[in-house]
Amino acid sequence: MTLLRFVFWSFAGLGVLAALLCVTRRDAVKSAIWLVVTLFSLAVLFAVLDAQFLAVMQVLVYAGAIMVLFLFVIMLLNLGRGGPGDAKGPLGILVGVILGGLLLVQLTSLTKASVATGAALPPGTVAALQQQQGAVGMVARPLFDTYLIPFEITSVLLLAAVVGAVVLAKRKL
Amino acid sequence: MFLTPALAISAVLFAIGVAGVLVRRNAIVIFMCVELMLNAVNLTFVALAQQLGVAGQVFVFFVMAVAAAEAAVGLAIIIAIYRHRETVDLRDINILKG
Repeated sequence: MTLLRFVFWSFAGLGVLAALLCVTRRDAVKSAIWLVVTLFSLAVLFAVLDAQFLAVMQVLVYAGAIMVLFLFVIMLLNLGRGGPGDAKGPLGILVGVILGGLLLVQLTSLTKASVATGAALPPGTVAALQQQQGAVGMVARPLFDTYLIPFEITSVLLLAAVVGAVVLAKRKL
Repeated sequence: MFLTPALAISAVLFAIGVAGVLVRRNAIVIFMCVELMLNAVNLTFVALAQQLGVAGQVFVFFVMAVAAAEAAVGLAIIIAIYRHRETVDLRDINILKG
């Protein structure tokens, strides 16, 4: 329990720090690398929060596939040169930070939220389900059962995205 | 377990993402900030799934699929714009401005 707490807080801190560095670095490549660190820290948090399969998917899909796509485009467009930086002027930064801080203040009320006692599952239910059905089965059963139609619609969405990406990035059809 | 801290961390990450979108002008960096916001929401889903059932974890899958589609199409748009304008700086991309 203490070890779990230590892992949770250290990776939470690392994730927030890396997110800050991602937003503030001038070089797009460095931003991308720090975003990978954030995504990896979030994967660890997922594992701590009883979502081991999602943690693996986070590393494979996000930190792997999506970030490779980003880095590929950055390299392709040759944006990793540093240069004068792309941040807005002092006024723009001030407005951005104030609006972000305002949103943070509003969102902190989230942390006071608690699940109604009747609606909340008893602690350890998800962990027990994982023991019973396995880390993959626990997520796969509802995905292919209750959420089958959304799943199929997602496949259509991905097909549309693939066709759209090819059409947009191609010079001439 | 860890519900309140996880929600607090996701709030912080979301706010950082929003501030990044407002502060930066590089289209790709703005895209990465949007991914950061999507991940903050994913953390909320996973944290609440502990108490409200695994449906929350299933939704994270859908968010990941939408994020992948969004990244593919968005980066294709950025490449198409770069081909015309030789820049991804949002100051120079104002064709839709009246």
